[in-house]
Amino acid sequence: MAERHQIDARGSYCPGPLMELIARIKQAGIGDELEVLSTDKGSANDIPEWVKKVGHEMVDSFQADGVWHVVIRKTK
Amino acid sequence: MEKISILVTSGSREKLQMAGMLASVGAVSGSEVLVFLSMNALAPFVKDHADDVPVEGEIGRLLLDKQAPPFLQLFEQAAELGDARIHPCSMAMDILGVGRDELLPFLGAPLGLTKFLSEAQDAQTWSF
Repeated sequence: MAERHQIDARGSYCPGPLMELIARIKQAGIGDELEVLSTDKGSANDIPEWVKKVGHEMVDSFQADGVWHVVIRKTK
Repeated sequence: MEKISILVTSGSREKLQMAGMLASVGAVSGSEVLVFLSMNALAPFVKDHADDVPVEGEIGRLLLDKQAPPFLQLFEQAAELGDARIHPCSMAMDILGVGRDELLPFLGAPLGLTKFLSEAQDAQTWSF
């Protein structure tokens, strides 16, 4: 059954949030969703670009109270 | 597979940080990454030497204050999470007088310049 994981990367600078996501995605199952919390706007742009390049799926990306929430689904 | 080769000769924190960022993001984005550490860039990869790294200016100082990922961690993640090989220059090792067991364990075998040039052929190449 697919799970949802949250990765709190607030306060970290590029490429910290992306690297934390990649470390966690290796442990996740196919279909799992991973939500990265980031205060680094560069990462909010870079993570979707990385997802597109490596072939996972973007689920959502939004900002709330100064924090970016980038949600992706592991597809392979 | 896209190949990226990174020649690092500077020992400044700013340039090591940029090289580490490029290596880690390139490696986890599906590229084959080759890093060659020579000249002043090798000393920070000697065990317990990372704290001695000089800064060039404001960004280098701020990197320490902010929560930027340490450059050694970026290189290590490039090797662990992606397809990156990080090699010390054999000449720089000789000049510094360090053996392989004195270098950080994620570094690969010493490489000569001829071998690096051969491996970097047809790769997107960056230098710092």
